[in-house]
Amino acid sequence: MVSLKINNKTIQADENTTIMEAAKANGILIPSLCYLEGVHQVGSCRICVVEVEGSRNLQASCITKVSEGMTVKTNTKEVRKVRKVVYELMMSDHDDNCLVCSRSGGCEFQELGEWIQLQEENPYQGAHSKLGVKDISNPSIERDLSKCILCRRCITVCNEIQGIGIMENQNRGFDSFVGPTEGFELMDINCTFCGQCTTVCPVGALKERDATVNVWEALLDKNKRVVVQTAPAVRAALGEEFGYEPGTLVTGKMAAALRELGFDDVFDTNFAADLTILEEGTELLMRLKALISGDETSLPMITSCSPGWIKYVEHKFPDQLDHLSSCKSPHMMLGALAKSYYADQLDMDAKDMFVVSVMPCTAKKYEITREEMLGDVDAVLTTRELAKMIKDAGIDFVHLEDERFDNPMGLSSGAADIFGATGGVMEAALRTVYEIITGTEMPYENLHVQSIMGLEGIKEGSLLIDKTTPEWSGLEGVTVRYAAASGLSNAKILLDQIRQGTSPYHFIEIMACPGGCISGGGQPRLTTQAIREKRMEAIYREDEGKTLRKSHENEAIIHLYETYLKAPLGHKSHELLHTHYVKRNMYSK
Amino acid sequence: MMEKTCNCEAMTEQEKLKFIQDVIEDYDHDPSSLIQILHVAQNVYGFLPIEVQELIADQLDIPLSRVSGVVSFYSLFTTVPKGKYVIKICLGTACYVRGSKRVIERLEKILKIKLGETTEDLKYSLEITRCMGACGLAPAMSINEELYMQVNPDKLLGILENLEGGEA
Repeated sequence: MVSLKINNKTIQADENTTIMEAAKANGILIPSLCYLEGVHQVGSCRICVVEVEGSRNLQASCITKVSEGMTVKTNTKEVRKVRKVVYELMMSDHDDNCLVCSRSGGCEFQELGEWIQLQEENPYQGAHSKLGVKDISNPSIERDLSKCILCRRCITVCNEIQGIGIMENQNRGFDSFVGPTEGFELMDINCTFCGQCTTVCPVGALKERDATVNVWEALLDKNKRVVVQTAPAVRAALGEEFGYEPGTLVTGKMAAALRELGFDDVFDTNFAADLTILEEGTELLMRLKALISGDETSLPMITSCSPGWIKYVEHKFPDQLDHLSSCKSPHMMLGALAKSYYADQLDMDAKDMFVVSVMPCTAKKYEITREEMLGDVDAVLTTRELAKMIKDAGIDFVHLEDERFDNPMGLSSGAADIFGATGGVMEAALRTVYEIITGTEMPYENLHVQSIMGLEGIKEGSLLIDKTTPEWSGLEGVTVRYAAASGLSNAKILLDQIRQGTSPYHFIEIMACPGGCISGGGQPRLTTQAIREKRMEAIYREDEGKTLRKSHENEAIIHLYETYLKAPLGHKSHELLHTHYVKRNMYSK
Repeated sequence: MMEKTCNCEAMTEQEKLKFIQDVIEDYDHDPSSLIQILHVAQNVYGFLPIEVQELIADQLDIPLSRVSGVVSFYSLFTTVPKGKYVIKICLGTACYVRGSKRVIERLEKILKIKLGETTEDLKYSLEITRCMGACGLAPAMSINEELYMQVNPDKLLGILENLEGGEA
C-alpha cells in the first residue's frame, strides 16, 4: 500500500493500481475514452490526463501507477484545458453527423462531450479526412472510418483476446487509420465476423450491418408470413437495453414484444438447440463407436454452433475440418424446418415465408449468406437491433405482460437454455449422451457438469462410463474426455494440440466469443466480466427453473422425429440439419 | 547478426523467395526481427509487394495487418517499385534557402513525374530527404549512393546523361 494525495484528499492504494483506479475507488471520477477496464489500458487517447506534482508533462491516469507521496490534481485549469483541446481535436476529424448515427444516444464520445461541458463551437475546423470511407464488403460488420477516433480498443480485442489481428494501425500521422492492410476489406481476409470489435467501439465506427430495414419491410408485407426465433443468450441480455439490471431474464416480455411487432410465429431457437443435441450427440456416439471398433474416424469431435468459430477454423486450420460436427447451428436448423416441416403444416409455399433470427451474434449475419445454407434464414437481427425495433415501434417493453413461444417450435429444455454460455452445449450434450449410453441420469448434482462451468477460457473434465446398456457395451470402462473453450485464442490452443496429435479429448465445445454467446458480438454494450457473470447466472437460472432439463425428453422434439425426421442422422436430417465446410485461404486477394 | 548480401538483380523469383526464407530461418522466425527481415526483403525486391508481406506474416506467424502496419509506418519502406536511380533532393534549411526547390521543379519537368513518383520505365524515382550534412555546399542531392553538391538546375540534364554514360 502507498499513500498519495488526489485533489487534496489523502488516500491509500495498492501500489499496482493506476491513478484512475485509485481515484475511482475514492469517489473521484476522471473522464476517459479509450480506457476499457481489464481490456484496453494503453493511454492512446489522452483524455484522462492529470497533473502529477514533479512531472514535466500531464500524465495519462489510466496507465500511470500510483506511488508513495504522489500528489495528483484532476481538475486544474491546465488539465481542463488540455482535456478539452484533446476532445476538440478528435472531434475535428470525426464525422459529427450525430443525429443520423446509429450510436446516437449510446455513444461514449457523445457522453464524454456532455461530461466535459463543451460550450463553444469547435475552434478546429478539421479536415474530416475519412469522410465517406466505409467498408461494407461483408454481411456482418460495417466499418465507417469517418467516425473512428483511433482509440485502438478494437486492435486490442482482435489481437490479444481473439488472437486474429485483422485490426491494426496502418500508415502514420494524419493518414493513420485502424483496419486491415490498406486495399483489403473484411471480406477479403480471415475476419471471423465475431463482432467483438463492435462491442468495444466507443463510437459508430464499428457496428453490425443493419437488418432492421429489411425486417420492417417483411413485417409490413401482407403476403409474407414472418417467422421469428430468439437465441438462448438474447433473453439474458435484452433487458439491459431497457434499463434492467444485467442478468435479468426477460423471456416472456421478449415473446410479447415480438408478437406486438407483428411477427406471425414466435419460435424459440432453444427448440432447435435441443434438436442439435440429438443430432450432434448421435454423431458423437457414432464416432465413439467407430473408435472402439477400430474404424477410421475423427476425434475429438468439435461443436459447430458458433459461426465465428467455424470461419476461424476454415481459415486457420483448413486441414482439421473433419473434426467439426456436421450439424448446422441451431437457428439454421430451425430456419430449415420452418421452411419445410412448418410450411408443410400450414400448406404454404416456403417462398412466402420470411424467417428472422434474433441472435447475440454478428457472425450469424454472415452465416445465413453461406452458399451451403442459403435460404434457410432470411435475416439476422442482433440483440441490440431488436431493442431498437421495439423502441422504434413504441412498445412499452417494461410494462408488457409475459407471453410464451408458439408451437410447434417453442418448447425447449433447460439443456437448451445453457447453450448461451461457455460449457453449456457440452453439458447439454453430456446430459443426453450419458443417458443414452448408460440408461441412467448423469450422476452430477443438479445435472451440472461443474468442471466446465464458469468463465475460464479453457475448461476440461472427464466422465467414466462405468456401465452401459447392451447396445453400447463396447464403451464400458471408457473415460470420455471433454473440454470447452471460449475466445478464439483459447480455441487455437486446443486446435494446435489436435494438429500435433496430442489432444487428449473426445469432445470439444468451442464458442468464438469470450464467455460464449452471452457476450457475443451482437449483445448490448459494454460487456464487462461482471456483466458476463450475471448473464451466465441468468441462463443457469432459466435452466434450473424448468422441470424439463434434458433435450431428449422434449416432447416437441420427440414428436418431430416421430412424424417428420424419423431418426437422428436420418435421411431427412442430413438434408435439412447438416452441412459441410470450406477450406479457406487467409487472404483471398 | 550479419546482414546477408545478394546479387539481387540477377536472381530468379524462386531464388529471391528462397533467399528471404533463409533469412527468416536465420532470425529463427522471431516476430521481433520483423523490421530487419523487411529490410532484407526490400533489398532483394527493391520494394515490398503484398505477396512478400504475406509470406513474411505467414513465416513469422503474425497477422498481415501488423506487417503492413510497420511497412506503412516507416517511410524507408515502400510498397511500390522504385527506379534504378533514386534521386533524393535535400530540403534541409540550407539547401532550401539555396534553391533546392528549383532543382525539384526542374527534375519534375525533365523526368515528367512528380515528387514521390517513379518514371514508367522504372529508371528514376524522385524523393526528398532531410539534411545530409552537406550544408556548406548547398543545394545537395544524392543519386543512389552518390552525393552531388552545389547543384545547378541547368546542369541536371548533364548529370542524368552522365549516369547512363557511366553505365554503358
